[in-house]
Amino acid sequence: MKARAFSYFRARTIEEAFDAHVRCADEARYIAGGQSLVPALSLRLQAPRLLIDITHIAELRGVRREGEFLRIGALTRHCEMLSEPLIAEFAPLLRAAAPFVAHPAIRNRGTLGGSIALADPAAEFPAMALALDAEIEIAGRSGKRRVKADDFFIDLFETALEPGELIVAVHVPLFKSGQRIAFDELARRRGDYAQVGCGMLATYTDKRVDDIRIAFFSVGSVPTRAKQAESVLAGAVLDAAHVAAAQAALANDLMPPDSDDVPPAMRLHLARVLLGRLLGRLGEGA
Amino acid sequence: MSAPLTSLDRPNSYIGRSVPRPNAKRLLAGRGRYVSDLRLPRMLHAAFLRSPHPHAKIVSIDCEQARALEGVHFVATGEDLAKICTPWTGTLDHFKGMTSEPQLPLPLDRVAWAGQAVVAVVAESRAIAEDALELIVVDYKELPSVIDLDTARQSGAPLVNPGSASNVCFRSQLDSGGVDDAFATATHIVEGEFSFGRHTAVTLEPRAIVADYDHSAGMLTVHHATQTPYQFQDLYSRHYGIPEARVRVIATDIGGSFGMKLHVYHEDMAVVGLSILLGRPVKYVADRTESFVSDIHARDHRVRARMALNADGEILAMDVQDLTAIGAFSTYPRTSVVEGNQVIRLIGAPYGFKSYRAALEVIFQHKVQTSQYRAVGHPIACAVTERLVDMAAARLGLDPFAIRDKNVIADDAYPRTSPTGYRFEALSHQACLQRLHAMMDYDALRTEQAELRTRGIYRGIGIATFVEITNPSPAFYGVGGARISSQDGATVSLTPSGEVRCLISVTEQGQGTEAIISQIVADQLGVVQDQVKVITGDTEVTPHGGATWACRGAGIGGETALQAARALKRNILEIAALILQEQPSALDIIDGQVVDASTATPRLPIAEIARIAYFRSDTLPPGTQAQLTVSHHFAPQGYPFAFTNGIQGCSLEVDVETGFIKLLKHFVVEDCGRIINPMLVDEQLRGGVVQGLGAALFEECRYSDTGQLINGSLADYLVPMAMEMPDIMIAHVETPTKDTALGAKGCGEAGTAAASACVLNAVNDALAPFGASINSIPITPTTVLKALKRF
Repeated sequence: MKARAFSYFRARTIEEAFDAHVRCADEARYIAGGQSLVPALSLRLQAPRLLIDITHIAELRGVRREGEFLRIGALTRHCEMLSEPLIAEFAPLLRAAAPFVAHPAIRNRGTLGGSIALADPAAEFPAMALALDAEIEIAGRSGKRRVKADDFFIDLFETALEPGELIVAVHVPLFKSGQRIAFDELARRRGDYAQVGCGMLATYTDKRVDDIRIAFFSVGSVPTRAKQAESVLAGAVLDAAHVAAAQAALANDLMPPDSDDVPPAMRLHLARVLLGRLLGRLGEGA
Repeated sequence: MSAPLTSLDRPNSYIGRSVPRPNAKRLLAGRGRYVSDLRLPRMLHAAFLRSPHPHAKIVSIDCEQARALEGVHFVATGEDLAKICTPWTGTLDHFKGMTSEPQLPLPLDRVAWAGQAVVAVVAESRAIAEDALELIVVDYKELPSVIDLDTARQSGAPLVNPGSASNVCFRSQLDSGGVDDAFATATHIVEGEFSFGRHTAVTLEPRAIVADYDHSAGMLTVHHATQTPYQFQDLYSRHYGIPEARVRVIATDIGGSFGMKLHVYHEDMAVVGLSILLGRPVKYVADRTESFVSDIHARDHRVRARMALNADGEILAMDVQDLTAIGAFSTYPRTSVVEGNQVIRLIGAPYGFKSYRAALEVIFQHKVQTSQYRAVGHPIACAVTERLVDMAAARLGLDPFAIRDKNVIADDAYPRTSPTGYRFEALSHQACLQRLHAMMDYDALRTEQAELRTRGIYRGIGIATFVEITNPSPAFYGVGGARISSQDGATVSLTPSGEVRCLISVTEQGQGTEAIISQIVADQLGVVQDQVKVITGDTEVTPHGGATWACRGAGIGGETALQAARALKRNILEIAALILQEQPSALDIIDGQVVDASTATPRLPIAEIARIAYFRSDTLPPGTQAQLTVSHHFAPQGYPFAFTNGIQGCSLEVDVETGFIKLLKHFVVEDCGRIINPMLVDEQLRGGVVQGLGAALFEECRYSDTGQLINGSLADYLVPMAMEMPDIMIAHVETPTKDTALGAKGCGEAGTAAASACVLNAVNDALAPFGASINSIPITPTTVLKALKRF
């Protein structure tokens, strides 16, 4: 299939992008890597009148430390998650998740901001933003604001972004000593959307977990934190009893969707297996 | 090369050598000429509006807005094309009693599957044509549909074709006699119900066609990504009433076909009609979402089978019922019943038992057509047989190798007729079993498996023997009235410069046909392979033949080329003998030189013979007419099919917590007779194995209860990818057929035939400690976890 005809505008600044968007009312879409939007255009699932190319807006680029945060520009591509030393040092969970994001050709173009803005519940990075307690910096006509990941993902493909707003950057609290991460997913083929995926960030004192954030993807309509499992584990040593209790708690944390090929009970089972394995890796100092 | 030396082992021999494909560089350089690349002057583009309903009456179609859109040249409905195209019906006479609804390019008043093309738009570009599709309004009245096999068989079920008596397309039975007695006296009976999902070909290049009708010449040229250009020349000629000689079908580079590109598709027939109506070239390339709902699907069988054995583990009898659902109508011109027919005839084929009974029932439903796809029927027959053999081995406490060794037809017991009536010339099951056992290092694998189990790691080992049908004679289609040739033709010429051109009817779609034909011709003539140019896939140029299907390219096409090359060599040597004043029998050709046969001393380059024959015929003796172009046709005689055989093995690991399966290694021992190019044979086998592994673990066309294909994209329909594929080790046993001088049989389907059965057996082997059993493919994590009762 071929996309319906559309106009194209390359914005040099955020303001130019906003202006173009306003001029076209609701019938404009921003495009960066295009790895989700272009297939949707080709399938005519979306048919905007105008595509506003934001890839030349310098303000959306760059990875740097800003105080206690690592600022990752929205245009940072998935492949840069693998190659950027600052990300490996200060946001290693993103580095760990990146190889699982689709295939190299897609990682070469797809952007972090695009992935967060789309909020695909099966995607890796939105869930990792939750696990990392990241803040999403949003620019709108009335200025900029920062929204915590916990408040950003609202419903299926629905986020805190208002029409016409853009993600500028994702701010991730710097990875500290005493913290450990673990990530894995269960996908039938490498690069596919996972049947279940999970990433976690734990803060340790000796062998005790002071605090842990666990985020699942492919388990419902939004990327989902396992808050009850987290509270079971907070302040605990990861022994078999606590791991089992956390696995049991997932029944309250996750509401897997009805699906003919992965029934809800199976998805919950897989989530528990994955949680158990990842907690095991954390315990080993993953 | 385990076969003894023969007359084929000569200087200049290319038969048996891994030489690179001459066309590989061109394709790698992006110089392939695929139909989708083609742009003709004044060419228009077609797009199709498709039915959203599995079964509905078309009440009305409003195309006015679409017709008015700028850039739209024509909007066609069923009536427009019915005026110029005669209907087709996918039945053949040798399938007694089968029925199917006549088909037209576009339906007149009823749709029978979700995705059926209903309206065609022809426009300046594909994008404009798709814009116009959005402006068409079709008023449908939904009719009751039957999606599921069991529902379709119930009495009182909605009829797929209103007016027919039932949803049965075809029934067939086989009975060698003695089955009931054998089961009554058997010590052991194993049985099961086995199900096989629908899947589809997913060729890299989708279906593509450019039809170009020239009214001034009354000439139809169709550039068609097909395996069978002659079949389509015949069909376009007869259904559009154009003399055959004025229909030219060109099939140059093809990006994979696997049986999918030899069937009649409604859109393809429509595009031909649209070009006739418009007098302009019209192009249609199926996009991937269209391919999923309009390319043939395959498999979709449910087989109940049981096997009787005596106390020693000898198989006494098998009793089988195959149910298969084929969609809303039977495919034209090869039908949709061949797969079921081959399932019931291939079950048990490697084994020497005598009593066999089978029933086949082929059912209509409101889904897209199924038909022949790589290894037609083989994977189903193999999986059913081999799973039962493994179940029997477990019951008897026998090793899987031991029970097979006890039951396969002995290598010295040929010729032999199977209880289903297949005549085997010579197979090599015992030799293959031995070879596989050694290649797998089987005993070490079993030791490792036992050790890992103590650590909670569950590995499985599976093997599967198979028999493959190749080199089909007219018994396959011709006897049923199909105008599908089982012979092939080749024209071989010596050019004035002493090079060689070979025009041949077998076609190339990425498997290396042109390479092996050039090897055979070079070998037989005694020239360097580079000097042989092979031309395929143009009905205006190449002789009529069956082209490429059912593993016939090497065995039949190869023999045709061999005989043509030998004839040309005789002619060259006759002229050489006149020039050199020798007997032709005293001469030979090596490396493009006529030599003394006994001493190999060069006498004259064949280029010099060509020069004299073409330009200085005055210097030849009076009455000499040099014949440096030779045409030869060859149809298989003797055995109706050249059966091949082999065995596969695999090792895999099941994660019993997640149900995920990791393939560790795959092994193939195969006997395709004379091997022409070992590299190409090995890669055919590997490609075939990968397709079989796809069927085993990944590929399935899944439908909703309401008849919608729910995974019709490459994100949701999982094809096997390199990351999940194991190393595939290959070995050969060579038992050339004596029906031909070349001795080659087919090898293209052997990989697919047994790979899924191997995996099925290996997964069950891995799950044996849990008492869990799986008898369906694809085997998904869901299947495994259900079998293990993990959720």
